[in-house]
Amino acid sequence: MSENGLIVARNIVKRYGRKRVLNGVEMCVPQGQVMALLGPNGAGKSTLLRIISGLTKPDRGEVLLGGVSTRKAGHEIRRYIGLVAHAPLLYDNLSAWDNLHFFARLYDIQQPAARVEAVLRAVDLWARRYDPVRTFSRGMTQRLAIGRAILHDPPVLLLDEPDTGLDPASAETLAQLIRVLGSGRRAILLTTHNLERALAWADSISLLADGKIIWSASTEGLTTERLQQAMIGLGINRFHPS
Amino acid sequence: MSKKALSVEPQPTPPVHIDLAAHPITMRLDGGLLAYLSKVAAVFAKDVRAELRGREIFTTMTAFGVLAVLIFGMAFDLRVPRSEMIAPGVLWGVVLFAGVLGLNRSFGAEVDRGTLPSLLLAPVDRSAIYFGKLFANLFFTLATAVVILVVMFFIFDLNLFQPYNLLAVLLGVTGYVGVGTLFAALTANNRARESMLPILLLPVMVPVFVAGVALTAGVLDGKAWEELNQWFGILAAFDAIFIVVAFLLFDLIWEDA
Repeated sequence: MSENGLIVARNIVKRYGRKRVLNGVEMCVPQGQVMALLGPNGAGKSTLLRIISGLTKPDRGEVLLGGVSTRKAGHEIRRYIGLVAHAPLLYDNLSAWDNLHFFARLYDIQQPAARVEAVLRAVDLWARRYDPVRTFSRGMTQRLAIGRAILHDPPVLLLDEPDTGLDPASAETLAQLIRVLGSGRRAILLTTHNLERALAWADSISLLADGKIIWSASTEGLTTERLQQAMIGLGINRFHPS
Repeated sequence: MSKKALSVEPQPTPPVHIDLAAHPITMRLDGGLLAYLSKVAAVFAKDVRAELRGREIFTTMTAFGVLAVLIFGMAFDLRVPRSEMIAPGVLWGVVLFAGVLGLNRSFGAEVDRGTLPSLLLAPVDRSAIYFGKLFANLFFTLATAVVILVVMFFIFDLNLFQPYNLLAVLLGVTGYVGVGTLFAALTANNRARESMLPILLLPVMVPVFVAGVALTAGVLDGKAWEELNQWFGILAAFDAIFIVVAFLLFDLIWEDA
């Protein structure tokens, strides 16, 4: 396991009651790479992302972000993490502007108004900046959630099923965002249930099952059929609901 | 309408232009007290702004407080010869019970809307979140207490807007929301938080309740500062001790948010 990644997970173990959700996960996402984490429902993908983000503490193991252990680092390490979770993590009765401005203040961003404007324009919500988030469509809310996650320009971006519930047009916009964000100095780790999108968005794919990464490969030359065959060969046949 | 008008042509997705590099980001990393206070103020302002838009906490607390005073007014009107006898207990009882409603929503709303992780992900000492929430709760509960005092003026024909009583309310409510904000965070992820919070909180509030009632009664009886100051001392000590304890413990609550 390479130690040079921007995101490195070492022997992560997490139990919920008697169930061992993660059982020694090892993973590495280098800078400038997008990794898609696939696995059946309940495999522990969201738990792993929460552990990497620092929201959940592992029972054993450690996470290194840019070579710094999140366990040993203070709260400043959170500055390097952007998370898009299942929930949008936005205040629905506040406007898009108020939401981002609030988070800009929490992240000590100097000249927050200019940064908020830049992000709102980037996610194409500038025209709706004063509307409450509760009036947004699912696609708009998800774009704003991504805007919140990249507001402080974090090098580590964690996207937990960011395409869930999006219509094809919004999913394509999201794909473009991921392509643009992943091409720079960031490392992006995302989970999805859609194999086609995983192949299109990511540079590499890892399969999480039985609490471990059981298979990893580059997406170069990988097709949906070959990925499905690999998954069936590994005993994962309840992955894709469709 | 023709059939042609009903057909929907797929629209191409416009390309995304992310030009964030044109606005390079600068973050203040030196921290310090001013940065800390700025984050406390940000949480406070966010809660107040959310309340102005949603009218969820203050409206509920005030409506409950006014109704409770009216009910107590009707209940005691026929049996109690002087309203001064029951007014202190009514005031502090109503403030405590109305306050629970607001405290429940303080972190409960964050959990219900799924926004709590976004607060916990921020690079802030989590005590800044505690103090931001504490000041917001203090603001809502004091505003509710003022409304309750106004209603009591009309229902019980008593002027409780006297300096010593107002100081007692300020100190008592500060201690109450200081502990209440901590307990609200503790119970936020619990499904039974609406019942759990008062069960945990109200027994701890006995010193505040006793001192508050004694002070309001003393003010109504026209007692001098010398006769009241030990009760003020109890309230001030309670506030200091429990807010420091909450400050020290708050980070530990979120080990596994």
